Amino acid sequence: MIKIVFFATLREQLGCSELSLPTTGITTINQLKIELINHQASWQPYFENHSLLSAVNHEMVDGEHMIKSGDEVAFFPPVTGG
Amino acid sequence: MSKDLVVNKEKTIEVSVQEADFNLAEEVALLEYNNNVDGAVVTFAGRVRNKNEGLAVTALTIEHYPGMTENSLKQIISEAKERWDIGRVKVIHRIGRLAIGEQIVFVGVTSQHRQDAFAANEFIMDFLKVKAPFWKKEVTEAGDKWLNAKNSDRNKAEQWS
Repeated sequence: MIKIVFFATLREQLGCSELSLPTTGITTINQLKIELINHQASWQPYFENHSLLSAVNHEMVDGEHMIKSGDEVAFFPPVTGG
Repeated sequence: MSKDLVVNKEKTIEVSVQEADFNLAEEVALLEYNNNVDGAVVTFAGRVRNKNEGLAVTALTIEHYPGMTENSLKQIISEAKERWDIGRVKVIHRIGRLAIGEQIVFVGVTSQHRQDAFAANEFIMDFLKVKAPFWKKEVTEAGDKWLNAKNSDRNKAEQWS
């Protein structure tokens, strides 16, 4: 399984802050996005948004990053702290 | 100050993500305590403004990604330590609901001479703005509104590369 967490605007748009998916068939961040759209079709515009950022185990990663079972994946919009 | 700071390179970096306010004078005293090698102390404090993009703001709420925020801030500080000869670094970022005028963020850097502390402090703030996973939502006269990331902040951080 992989744990997936969402933050800020994205969390509100999805109406979901966290979910778990089996790793079967998922190898990269980009494939996970497709899997999430398959999970809920109305999520398509949010995961096709190019400004969306992703992190795996608290490190920023790009779309080609390989995911393994037990990873914590996060999706969020550009950050606005400080 | 009664609080002991261990004078050890590894212990001189401190990061805190907290709801509570901080006291500037106390933070400066901690950076200076038992530290006679550094002649410069540069601090930055960010506060909630009463206006943003022309709209009156009454408060902010700050969301963050627990765990990743701390890692991200420590990485930014490590990069600053590689670039400049700096001594102690303290970064505080508040989360939750903050009213106008409240303090949001603190960056304190010490160094033997002022140039390193000035530059490192600005570098840390610039990268905190574009790398650390915090998100601000404003309570404005027109309702609640998530802030959009600014190109000017991205450009400012890119200037360091």
